[in-house]
Amino acid sequence: MGAFGGHDGRERRWTGLDRLESRNRPPRSVLVALVLASVTLITLDVSGGGTSPLEPARDAVGEAFGPAESAAAAAVRPFTSVPAWFRSKNDLADEVRDLEASNADLRGQVELAGFDRNRLEQYDGLTTAAADLGSALVPARVVAVGSRQSQSFTVTIDAGSAAGVGPDMTVVNNDGLVGRVLRVSRSTATVLLIVDPDSTVGGRVGSSMEIGFVNGSGSLDQEAGLDLRLMDDASVPARDDTVVTWGSTTGPYAPGVPIGTITEVYSSLREASQRAVVKPFVDFSALDVVGVMVPSGSKSDRALIEADGTLK
Amino acid sequence: MTYLRWLAAFAAVVVALVVQVSLFPHLAWHGIVPNLCLLVVVAAALTVEAPFALVLGFVAGLTLDLAPPADHIAGRWALALTIAAFLAARVRQDQKPTAMAVVGTVAAASFVATSLFALTGVLLDDPSLSIAGLLEVVLVAVVWDVLLTPFVLPPLMRLFARLSPQWATA
Repeated sequence: MGAFGGHDGRERRWTGLDRLESRNRPPRSVLVALVLASVTLITLDVSGGGTSPLEPARDAVGEAFGPAESAAAAAVRPFTSVPAWFRSKNDLADEVRDLEASNADLRGQVELAGFDRNRLEQYDGLTTAAADLGSALVPARVVAVGSRQSQSFTVTIDAGSAAGVGPDMTVVNNDGLVGRVLRVSRSTATVLLIVDPDSTVGGRVGSSMEIGFVNGSGSLDQEAGLDLRLMDDASVPARDDTVVTWGSTTGPYAPGVPIGTITEVYSSLREASQRAVVKPFVDFSALDVVGVMVPSGSKSDRALIEADGTLK
Repeated sequence: MTYLRWLAAFAAVVVALVVQVSLFPHLAWHGIVPNLCLLVVVAAALTVEAPFALVLGFVAGLTLDLAPPADHIAGRWALALTIAAFLAARVRQDQKPTAMAVVGTVAAASFVATSLFALTGVLLDDPSLSIAGLLEVVLVAVVWDVLLTPFVLPPLMRLFARLSPQWATA
């Protein structure tokens, strides 16, 4: 304000022109100062890496915005369910018929093919392994979604440190692997989705037990899929094979969580490895209820779903 | 008056951000949502004096950088929105801007801000999308922002003008 006060005398004489000048010329000094401030922040955050000096600021802003985002999502939820009210009985009957047909189809496949039966046994083994880990699920809902403009595929869920959630925990929903927790505030947590180009998950092909790495493709589209690279270039993954995680109990991803099915296979000549496109089981454009895998018996502000299905 | 204006501007940024991450993902096109924080900044740049708009651009960008679920390198949106505020303040005419001028400014600011954000991502080697993907994001974001302009800009510009009568163009 003070800087503009000095123009008063001239302004009386050059009314229109001078005001035009002073208003249309944003001061360069402010611009330069703010641009330098932004560049400083970027430099601090890049060089800081995992222990960035901006982490405390992120945490503080997260504590402030978390409850607001949860409240906004709760207010919006009744309206997003409106389209479901307009489904008629016929639609539902059609859906039941379709589901029965596909169910019968799947049952036939499982009973007839010995190969599939073997595979099923393996999956059973894997799921019991997951159950043996003694993990429980903290139920949570997605309350905020990062925009594509920001180029990172992250969501906020309404369970935080008070619910027993901590960094690097595995997030799943009823279809399969969703991602892992990046950071938590008291009541919310930020989750990195496995479709993020930055995300790498250790994956195992269900039928051959071969291991590899699953990278995000940077698209919410389920067909665009994930990128699987196998360690052993001699083994060729088969189409329709299921990919599960091979993580460890200490690492970010719990083992045996289904990721997706292989839809395309191609060998890359430049790199000595087999690559495959994995279609994720989870529909990332319609995420809602998710579960965070926490150690069994964790302290939480809500009921935990234990591995055997009981609520605690 | 200045405090009140800061308070109002910051409240507008907070509401814009919460609506942007919690409501609009339900309406998003391939995950691309309108950038409401940018609209608040442009409204300020078109109504009040430039230094205020520039600082508001920086603050709004920083909030976008830090509030969950953001996980990119902090400072990128701050830089993009500061420059967008500078451009919007630069093109402003002395009289009350016409509807077309407002829409044009929003489109230009949105294009510049989203592109700048994408470019800093490329420079910093943050994993980013292909050029085609970036173009899609930038163009759809411009369309979104222009679509929301008639609903968001007039009330915000009236609010800012009322809180700073000595600079009001209305």
